[in-house]
Amino acid sequence: MNAVHTPTYRRAEYHGFNAGGSAFVYLVSAGAIFEIDEQVQDVLGRIGGQELSHAALVRELSNEGGDLSDAERLVRELRAAQLIHLGAAAPAPVPEAPPADFPLQALVLNITNQCNLACTYCYEFGADKIATPAGKPKYMTLETAKASVDLLIAEAAHRPSIHITFFGGETLMNFKLLRDVVNYANAATAAAFKGITYSLTTNATLLTPEIVAFLSDNRIGVTVSMDGPPELQDKHRVYKNGKGSYAVIEPRLRTLIAHHRTRAVTARVTLTEGVTDVVRIFRHLKDDLGFHEVGFAPVTTGETRTYSIDAEGMDSVLAQFNLLAQEWLEFALRGEVHGFTNVSETISELIAGVNKSHPCGAGMGLMGVSPSGDLSPCHRFTDADTHVMGHVSSGIDRAKQGDFLSRGHVGAKYDCQSCWARPLCAGGCHHEAFVRYGDTGHANLHYCDWIRQWTDTCLHIYGELAVKNPGFLERFAERKGLS
Amino acid sequence: MKHLRAINKKARRIDDAVTQMEEAIEAAAASGATPPEMEEDVVALQQAPRPHVPMGCTLSFSPGWEVDAGGGTAGLCQPVERDIYDCYVTCFWPVQVPDHVNYSPDWASNCATATKDWRNLDLVFP
Repeated sequence: MNAVHTPTYRRAEYHGFNAGGSAFVYLVSAGAIFEIDEQVQDVLGRIGGQELSHAALVRELSNEGGDLSDAERLVRELRAAQLIHLGAAAPAPVPEAPPADFPLQALVLNITNQCNLACTYCYEFGADKIATPAGKPKYMTLETAKASVDLLIAEAAHRPSIHITFFGGETLMNFKLLRDVVNYANAATAAAFKGITYSLTTNATLLTPEIVAFLSDNRIGVTVSMDGPPELQDKHRVYKNGKGSYAVIEPRLRTLIAHHRTRAVTARVTLTEGVTDVVRIFRHLKDDLGFHEVGFAPVTTGETRTYSIDAEGMDSVLAQFNLLAQEWLEFALRGEVHGFTNVSETISELIAGVNKSHPCGAGMGLMGVSPSGDLSPCHRFTDADTHVMGHVSSGIDRAKQGDFLSRGHVGAKYDCQSCWARPLCAGGCHHEAFVRYGDTGHANLHYCDWIRQWTDTCLHIYGELAVKNPGFLERFAERKGLS
Repeated sequence: MKHLRAINKKARRIDDAVTQMEEAIEAAAASGATPPEMEEDVVALQQAPRPHVPMGCTLSFSPGWEVDAGGGTAGLCQPVERDIYDCYVTCFWPVQVPDHVNYSPDWASNCATATKDWRNLDLVFP
């Protein structure tokens, strides 16, 4: 019959952690981080263990020697911040998807799908490739590139600034086009009263002093794909005849790092079976070669490739990530920059308190362009017939874009709904999901535990900095805003 | 806020909103108004969060509950018997089924599995 019980308090969905001698909560519905005092911890402890109505809770709190109105005020504050609520939880609101006409911010121009290396794990050419380049152009023409720039400027609507990433294949195999595009885009954006920034990814085998000078002069950020010291680099990053590439790129990297003065030079390492010595790789790239930032990502594969990392390997990777993360923290406490990108990226998202509707901007603010001019959600879907999303000459295919984005929305991923790390992860890479599960909208369940542990590590760093060196976080946020 | 210290941008936005709310309440209290009720023991149906209304309840319109597309009960999205416990234990409305709190705590004791044992449910005469 009548089941209107007096409503009792419940805790909202949050992840609690301690750092630097203080207690914190990461509020999942918002992506907000609060340092909490002992009274808040007390309230959370009480309502976690028993059913307490408002009257009962206030009575308990004031019985402990507190003032009744102070107890009321404490409870009101926690309710207003939605850290606790009275009665059954309303379902947490899903982050709103951006509007359908969300302005484009960046294009990744795949200026060639050709490469002079034959890295065994490559997602563009390896066993798990989804690209279908047969019969399509291998090099982008200037006409296509210009159409891409025009599309980007038009679709950017009122954005004050846009970004172009050059990608491949091996990007520098089409350097001539790259140079022409930069000149064209500089003029076109100036005419449209917009700013423009550039970046490029390369395997570094084709860098010359002239190219480095051009990149530096035009403030083109450079990311080098490489795997570490010679024996690790040469394991997978090989020429078509099997010869390793380390000896070729080493002198070129030194030239690049010495003479590229305008933007940070970043290394991006792919971790595979046998290439999991994260700390050693980091030391080599950061200290021996002098990269400013070094980031790592496990290779994207189906489950059964010989080069994919097994669970044990991933545990070892995480342990080493944690070592470097600890180092990152020590540097930050001294006010110094460490250079381990994986921490820097997460920290900058924690500063903002992101609460993502989608794991990344693919298909929304960012799109990939294949050499033929086909648009795709990002560079990882380039040349894949299954994921064409319009063409630079005819514009964005809104129906396909809508389908891709509605699949990829975190609210559509059942498994994510009970995970506290979803504001940052939102289910993970669309491309990885497609390779693993055949659906871009599938949550990447194979790395959930990993993501949660990593997010927890970064929250600890964040908390400790907030207590001991908050100025560093402020400076970090400002600098990130500029880069 | 007094007990929560905002340490990222999103938290600061919440802080601003809560502080505004606090100030409005303090101002109202200073002018002698009654502070807002925090008990919430009486709720309206349209209020959020809504009280629990069993699926298929005659108070709410739930297509696909009473009969399926063919007019029978075999193709329903939930078995028809499922509503017994939803009404019996959780419903706020004091009529459809016996009161399990006060008068008929044993009403369903012979009905272990509603889909098989529903015939054991009987009328009650309070």
